[in-house]
Amino acid sequence: MATTVRETMYDTEGSQVNEAASQKTSAVELAGISRHFGKVKAVDSVDLSIPEGEFFGMLGPSGSGKTTCLRLIAGFEQPTAGHLKIFGQTVDGVPPYRRAVNTVFQDYALFPHMNVIDNVAYALTVRGVGRKERHQQAMEMLELVRLGEFARRQPAQLSGGQRQRVALARALVGKPRVLLLDEPLGALDLKLREQMQVELKTLQRELGITFIFVTHDQGEALSMSDRVAVFSEGRVVQVGTPEDIYERPEHRFVADFVGSSNILEPAFCQRIGAPEGLWSLRPEKIQLTDQSVTRENNVLTVSAEISHMQYQGAVRRCVLSVAGHSLSLSVPSNVESLVVGQTVYARWNLDDMHRMVS
Amino acid sequence: MAQRGVLMNQPADGILGRVSDLFFRKPGLLLLILLGPPLIWIGVVYVGSLVALLVQSFYSIDEFSGRIVREFTLKTYAELLRPSNLDIVLRTVLMAASVTVVSALIAFPIAYYAARFARGWVKGLFFIAVMLPLWSSYLVRVYAWKLILANEGVLNWTVEKVGLTPLVDALLSMPVIGGPSLSFSYIGTFLVFVYLWLPFMILPIQAALERVPASMLEASGDLGARPGQTFRKVIFPLALPGIVAGSIFTFSLTLGDYIAPQIVGSSRLFIGQAVYMHQGTAGNLPMAAAFSMVPIVVMAIYLWIAKRMGAFNAL
Repeated sequence: MATTVRETMYDTEGSQVNEAASQKTSAVELAGISRHFGKVKAVDSVDLSIPEGEFFGMLGPSGSGKTTCLRLIAGFEQPTAGHLKIFGQTVDGVPPYRRAVNTVFQDYALFPHMNVIDNVAYALTVRGVGRKERHQQAMEMLELVRLGEFARRQPAQLSGGQRQRVALARALVGKPRVLLLDEPLGALDLKLREQMQVELKTLQRELGITFIFVTHDQGEALSMSDRVAVFSEGRVVQVGTPEDIYERPEHRFVADFVGSSNILEPAFCQRIGAPEGLWSLRPEKIQLTDQSVTRENNVLTVSAEISHMQYQGAVRRCVLSVAGHSLSLSVPSNVESLVVGQTVYARWNLDDMHRMVS
Repeated sequence: MAQRGVLMNQPADGILGRVSDLFFRKPGLLLLILLGPPLIWIGVVYVGSLVALLVQSFYSIDEFSGRIVREFTLKTYAELLRPSNLDIVLRTVLMAASVTVVSALIAFPIAYYAARFARGWVKGLFFIAVMLPLWSSYLVRVYAWKLILANEGVLNWTVEKVGLTPLVDALLSMPVIGGPSLSFSYIGTFLVFVYLWLPFMILPIQAALERVPASMLEASGDLGARPGQTFRKVIFPLALPGIVAGSIFTFSLTLGDYIAPQIVGSSRLFIGQAVYMHQGTAGNLPMAAAFSMVPIVVMAIYLWIAKRMGAFNAL
């Protein structure tokens, strides 16, 4: 019975999208969604609209509500307020097993009593697909994630990266229209993580379905997502392309959490003669010079003292003290002439300052 | 200031210090000392006496003198297969099987609740509630049940007040399992056994379920499995090692028990009672040994089947 319901859901959605390809239906739409656990507001009136085929990142520190948000979309949690739509259909009270959404879990959650191919075929098994047919489809998925020769292994015999790909194949075999990934690369080591970032991105482009993934790693969010939502304390503070988020943060929190940023307070701006307001200024926009004045328009030069230097491989991080405030910037690591205590001039283009709301 | 040595606590002073150093250099020695005595105990006292028992069962008894003939023979086993003895075996195995099945059915929901939902003091309460009966004397509990199940007992009194006496009468008038009263029927014996061994079923199942992460159940639902399917394909297989472990307890404890059926039940014998009778008043030690081989063989077959069915795959 559940199978038929699921299939009809696919059908109606499919025809909707085909008929009105130009009229954009959001794959997932959250309208005023809240999830409160007693007094704790895990998710607090979140509005999001995620179009079909987008690679959408949910970024935030732990406890910011991003994972709860993902669980609400999957159906593991029910919102305490607001409405959730998947392809235009309200799914309030619809259990996870009726949603055309699949999840790759942070701990992969592979079934330890089944071998790899039975794990991957699980979604087909519960739909009543015959053994031969489901193994064939599962095998295709395993080939897609390049694990064909591991089909008969037990999950315990695989490495972390392989398990992750099995979890991916298992979530994709039922042809979901939205794939949710909870910290998909969190448990992998650095090299593997970089490789999987590329693979996930390629896979999403090939399949053309919506990927929504949760991460606390800003680098991961910026490099993989088409758009990013930054979460803080249960709320979405900014949604935008990675460029928007990085170059044009709207809030102190975003500027601070995504990359590192210099936040120029109004009082400080007044002292150094910068335009009034609250600004964010990325470290790489600041240059050091020995000239106290410049003839270029729109460039601000301030006198500074180097208070801290830190070698970081490709660059040196340099902290300046300007009128009692700290400014940080990076200089190429081959610049060895700078020493702590030295007086220099820092300059930047006023256009590189971005005005923030709060 | 005196120069500080490279080594602390130098030199290795005293016997204890030297022994510690020795154990550090030869960890195998420590293992040997720790494991040796219990292994000797298990090997000699435990397995040894079991082998002695096995050997006994291949002796026979001289029917005229009543003396044990210490010669290899299968005569005792042939006797075991006589209908009257086979009855005892069959009765015990059937009782053990039904006690096991019903215990598992009762234990599973309790264990599932305890593993999945109980937290903090509720969980403490659960453990106390399950273990509490084990802290009191076995005999007292069985006798208590005899009183509960007696014709004038609290159970009958309640049944009468509720007006369900015809139901109990109907049960008691059934051919094999019935009897003059609950405390003199197989139903009574069965109830006592289920009561006695239930904790041994609950705890292993709870332990098995405790190891199933919530994300695994969510994954199953996420992939389209209805709750019933999740139970059949994920929860049950992962709980199976626990169920098998619990059933080993309930099954073998029922197979070997000789007190409960003597106090509560019909006068027909169970294996334990037969062993007790043969080695005691009858003085037929070979027959007693042959009877006690039955639970061992039955358990071996049971475990073999469980393994073949993949009950231990999730371990």
